[in-house]
Amino acid sequence: MIEEIGTTELGELVVNLGPQHPSTHGVLHLVITLSGETIKKVEPHLGYIHRSIEKMCESLSYRQFIYVTSRMDYLSSHINNHGCALCVEKGMQIEVPPRAKVIRVLMDELTRLASHQLWWGAMAMDVGALTPFFHAFREREAINDIMEKTCGARLTMNYMCPGGVAFDLHPDFQREVKAFLAFFHGKLDEYDELVTDNVIFQGRMEGVGYLSREDAISYGCSGPTARASGVSCDIRKLSPYEVYDQVRFEEVTGTGGDCFARYKVRMGEMRQSISIIEQLIDNVPEGDFQAKTKAVLKLPKGEFYSKVETARGEFGVYIISEGATTPYRIKFRSPGFSNLSALDHMARGHKIGDLVAIMGTLDLVIPDIDR
Amino acid sequence: MLSIENIADSIDAWLNRAFSPSVATLLEGVLVGLGAITFFAVLGLVLVLMERKVSAYMQIRLGPNRVGPGGSLQTVADTLKLAMKEGLTPDGADKFLFNLAPFMVIVVAMLILAPIAFAKGSQLWDINIGILYVSAVSSLSVIGILMAGWASNNKYSLLGAMRSGAQIVSYELSAGFSVLSIVVLTGSLRISDIIASQQDGWWLFKGHIPAIISFVIFLIAVTAETNRAPFDLAEAESELTAGFHTEYSGMRFALFFLAEYVNIFIVCAIAATLYLGGWMPLHIGHWSGFNLVMDYIPSSLWFLGKTFILIFVIMWFRWTFPRLRIDQLLDLEWKYLLPLSLFNLLLMTLIAIEGWHF
Repeated sequence: MIEEIGTTELGELVVNLGPQHPSTHGVLHLVITLSGETIKKVEPHLGYIHRSIEKMCESLSYRQFIYVTSRMDYLSSHINNHGCALCVEKGMQIEVPPRAKVIRVLMDELTRLASHQLWWGAMAMDVGALTPFFHAFREREAINDIMEKTCGARLTMNYMCPGGVAFDLHPDFQREVKAFLAFFHGKLDEYDELVTDNVIFQGRMEGVGYLSREDAISYGCSGPTARASGVSCDIRKLSPYEVYDQVRFEEVTGTGGDCFARYKVRMGEMRQSISIIEQLIDNVPEGDFQAKTKAVLKLPKGEFYSKVETARGEFGVYIISEGATTPYRIKFRSPGFSNLSALDHMARGHKIGDLVAIMGTLDLVIPDIDR
Repeated sequence: MLSIENIADSIDAWLNRAFSPSVATLLEGVLVGLGAITFFAVLGLVLVLMERKVSAYMQIRLGPNRVGPGGSLQTVADTLKLAMKEGLTPDGADKFLFNLAPFMVIVVAMLILAPIAFAKGSQLWDINIGILYVSAVSSLSVIGILMAGWASNNKYSLLGAMRSGAQIVSYELSAGFSVLSIVVLTGSLRISDIIASQQDGWWLFKGHIPAIISFVIFLIAVTAETNRAPFDLAEAESELTAGFHTEYSGMRFALFFLAEYVNIFIVCAIAATLYLGGWMPLHIGHWSGFNLVMDYIPSSLWFLGKTFILIFVIMWFRWTFPRLRIDQLLDLEWKYLLPLSLFNLLLMTLIAIEGWHF
C-alpha cells in the first residue's frame, strides 16, 4: 500500500483525508491524489470501524441478531431491524398482525425523517454553513423524544422483534406525532429559505459530482443517490413490504445526477415521509401488536433474502440457515458501501471543496460501510 | 464633557508639569503603547465573546453562560487555557519561520491600528498618506499566512496558505478601488481629512449610488481579506481541518485567532471612517435641534457604534452563508467585482469633477 501511495507523477500531492477529519463523519480514510486543488484520484480505505457484525450474528439467535444491526447504520437503526425481522418472518412464515405493520411503517418513516434531518444539517456544515445544523437538530430532537417515549431509546430503538413490535404504542403517541407534524410543516419551507434558495449553495451544488444513470446502475448505487440520477429503485414501490402498497406516496426521482439533484431528492423524500405518516397516523388498526411466536426460533434449512429501503438506499439481509437456532451465515447488503464506491468516479476533476460536498450528498454513515 | 481628547490633554499637561518635556514625551509614548496593547487584548476578548453570542442566538443556543455574569469572562478563561497549553512544533517544520509567522500576522494587525481615529482628536498617528498606509500594511498579513502554511510541513496548511494567498491578493484590488473612490471625493489620503469632509453628511449618503456600490464592494472584499465566511477558504474546517493554522497550538494559535478578530475590527473601522463618517455624529441638513442632540453623544461612542454594527453584519454573513469554492471565489473577484469597481471608480471621478455630490 505504501509503495502504491508513493508513485505519483510530478507535481501531484497525496493527501490523507481522514481517518480523523471533520467532514468524513466518522473514521473514513480517503487517500486523495491532488494536482493543485484538482482531484486526480480518490481511494477510500476502509476497516477502521470494522466490528465483524456479520460473523458476530452467526453466534446469536434469530431473536438477538436483529439488534446488532442497529449499530450498523445507526441513523436508520429501526429500518435495519425491520429488514432483519422481515427476513426471519419470511423464513418462519410468520404472519404479522395489521397493527404491527402500521406501527412499523410509522416508525420507519419517522426514522427516515430524523435521518434526513441529520443529513441536511451535516451537509450544510460540509459546504460551510454552520447554522443549519442546529436548526436540523431542533426538529430531530422532537422525533427523538417521540422515539424515547415509545421505545425507551432515542437512537438505537430496538423496537422490532420477529412477528411484530416489542410492545404497544403508548396512548399519547398519535397526539404527539400530530403535534410534531404541525410543528415540522413550516420548518421545511424554512430549510428551503435558508439553504436551498441560497445562491452560493446552489453554486456549490449544481453540476458537481455528476453520476449518469448508467454509472449509478453499474456502481450498484441505491436510494436517493441513484434516484437523483433517474434510476427508479425505491424498494417501497418496487417490492412493497408491510403497508407501503396501501399508502399513497410518490417515488422522488431527479434527472440531474449532480449534488443538487441528490439534495432535492432527499428534501422531497422528507415531504413524502410526512405524507405517509399523515395517512397512517389516524388509521392504526386495533388488534395485536405482535404475532404469537415460539420462544426459540429455528429457521428451516434454506436461504432467505429480504430487502428494505433505508434512508440511504437498499438494505438487504441474506440468511443461510442450516436449521439450527443460529444462522449459518449472514450477509448484509448495506447501501453506503455501494454508494461510496462511486465517489472516485464522481469526484475526479473537481476541487477539494467539491469532494466534501459530494460526500455530504452521498450521506455516508461509516459504521454502515464498515460493518 | 468627558472625552478621550480631554483626558489625553489633562494627562499631557500633568506630565509636562511633573517632568521635563523630553521625559514627558517618552512617558507619553510608553503610555500610548501600553494603551494600544491593552486595547488590542480587550478588543480580542470582546469580539470573540460577541461572535460566540451572535452565533449562539442565530443558532437557537445560549452561547457561553457559565463563567462570569452572562458568560462574559468565558474568553478570559479560554485565553488563560491557551496560554498554559504547550506550543507544539511539528517534526520537520521550519522552526524559525514557524515561530515567526504568528508574530508577523499580529504585528501587521497592530500596525494598522495606528492611523485609525477612535474619537475626536484621538488618533495615534495622523500620517498624510493614512489610508494608503492602511492598504499597504494590511496586504503584508498574507506573508505571515503563507509563512505559517509553508513552515508547518503539513499539506493541509500548505493548501490553506495557497488559497489564502490567491484570495487576499485578488480582493486587495477591489478593496483598494473602493477606498480610492472615497479618496477621489475627499481629495486627501489623510484620515482626519476624510472624516472632516463628512461633517455635513456621510459619504454613504452624499456620494449617490456609486458610494453605496463601493461600500458594498468594500464590505465583500474585506470579508474575503480577513478570511471570514463565506470566504473562509484558508481555514475551511470541513475541507482543510484548520487550513494554515492546523499545526499551531497554545499561545501561537491564540495569536492567529486574536489577529483575525482585530483585523475584523480594523476593516470595519476603516469602512466606518470612509463611508459612515468615522466619529462624526449623524447630522441631517438644517435640523439644528436634532443635530445638537446628536452632538451630545460622545464621538468615541459614534465611532464604536458604527464599527460594531458593521462587525455584526460581517458576523451575520458568517453564520448564514455557505462557503464558496476557490474557483467561484476568484470568479467573483475577477469577473464581477473588479470590473464593477473599476467602472464605479470612473463614475465616482466624474461625480467628483462635476461636483454632483451633495
